[in-house]
Amino acid sequence: MGTDTEHPFGIDRYTVKLDIFEGPLDLLLYLVKKNEYDIFDIPIARITEQYMEHLELMRVLNLDIAGEYLVMAATLAHIKSKMLLPVPEPEDGEGDEGEDPRMELAMRLLEYQRFKDAAQTLSTFDILMRDVFLKGAEVERDTSEEVLEDLSIYELVMAFRKILLEAPKDSFHEIIVEEMSLQEHIDDLERVIAAKREVVFVDLFPRGASRSTVVLTFLALLELIRNTRVRIYQADTFGVIRIYWREDS
Amino acid sequence: MGIIEALVFASERPIREDDIKKVLPAVKPKDIREALQDLIEIHDKNSGGMYITQVAGGYQFRTRAEFSQYIRSLLEIKPKRLSRAAMETLSIVAYRQPVTRQDIERLRGVDSGGVLKLLLDRKLLKIMGKQDIPGKPLIYGTTKEFLETFGLKDLTSLPSLKEMNELFDEGEIEQQTSLLFGDEDTQTE
Repeated sequence: MGTDTEHPFGIDRYTVKLDIFEGPLDLLLYLVKKNEYDIFDIPIARITEQYMEHLELMRVLNLDIAGEYLVMAATLAHIKSKMLLPVPEPEDGEGDEGEDPRMELAMRLLEYQRFKDAAQTLSTFDILMRDVFLKGAEVERDTSEEVLEDLSIYELVMAFRKILLEAPKDSFHEIIVEEMSLQEHIDDLERVIAAKREVVFVDLFPRGASRSTVVLTFLALLELIRNTRVRIYQADTFGVIRIYWREDS
Repeated sequence: MGIIEALVFASERPIREDDIKKVLPAVKPKDIREALQDLIEIHDKNSGGMYITQVAGGYQFRTRAEFSQYIRSLLEIKPKRLSRAAMETLSIVAYRQPVTRQDIERLRGVDSGGVLKLLLDRKLLKIMGKQDIPGKPLIYGTTKEFLETFGLKDLTSLPSLKEMNELFDEGEIEQQTSLLFGDEDTQTE
């Protein structure tokens, strides 16, 4: 997806690899829930549109878009086209023709949801070396690469999208010359959050900040999340997103 | 009972009833089991710092979860976490084992090679062999360490997977599920 085109914000050099994006099924489930769609009656045209918006956003952020996302985009397009065709008259009693083309996807989403729930339940168990310990337990240095768990990454991306849309478009040429590097943004952001301990997400993006600044600031934030320097909370689904400095980092 | 408690305490791994029988050949297996159950109860009742739990086919002393922060501070460790991707993959293997990487990826809809490697490194999963189909894909299963990590007695004590109609708590899909599965329950499992 446009990997060889020049990136408008001159951040080609940094391809941000984030494993916090859990894959196309996760994204679709998120969209279904957020919109309170009926899983067996998903408005395909609308969800495809939103799905593509997310892919576009990931592209703007220069995130590595895994091939699976594109396969899903094609699947959605295929379902959409099938739904435009008139339903064939059932001929010799074979029931299959009349089946809703969305059903297979619905079943996959449900099955995936089952394991997401199971994983959620398992994480609440008393886990050895996290909640419960043995005598003289051997200490392994923690090398885990844990990411945010309190807030869906998609919520964050949606919040970012809103800010990006409000940001004034900046002209192409100035940017590449004047912008700070991503690393500088990361250092900057880390200083700010460490000093304040707690920051509201939207306050990270001053009004009138250029699009490139907005994108780089967001990328810097993702980087801090990935390095578990900060922690992100959102009180309720559409509530204020807050960023906390991790004391233990 | 005092002997058995001492054995549970001193054992490196979760101690099995068989291990105790070897040490105490004169005691009937039934009495060993009862003593162990009594010990579990006693430690549950008094609000000490430890409890005995049945895990991975044996019995083990563990510190109570409510004191985790103090122990972490003593050991100078951060809470150990697995990413959502890792937890998802682990759950799929736990419930569906033996499974191939392809099975997992079909369910998750995303490449799972990296996560599988991480879980193998952490010894939560193991390779159980190769499936006898073209390509001979590796099959994965959970380990004893998995049971120990999550404090499970055995695989059957995993909580049962939610039924399809319980998945969306809003409840708006219940009707449709019953319509859909009314006469073809087999599809859900």
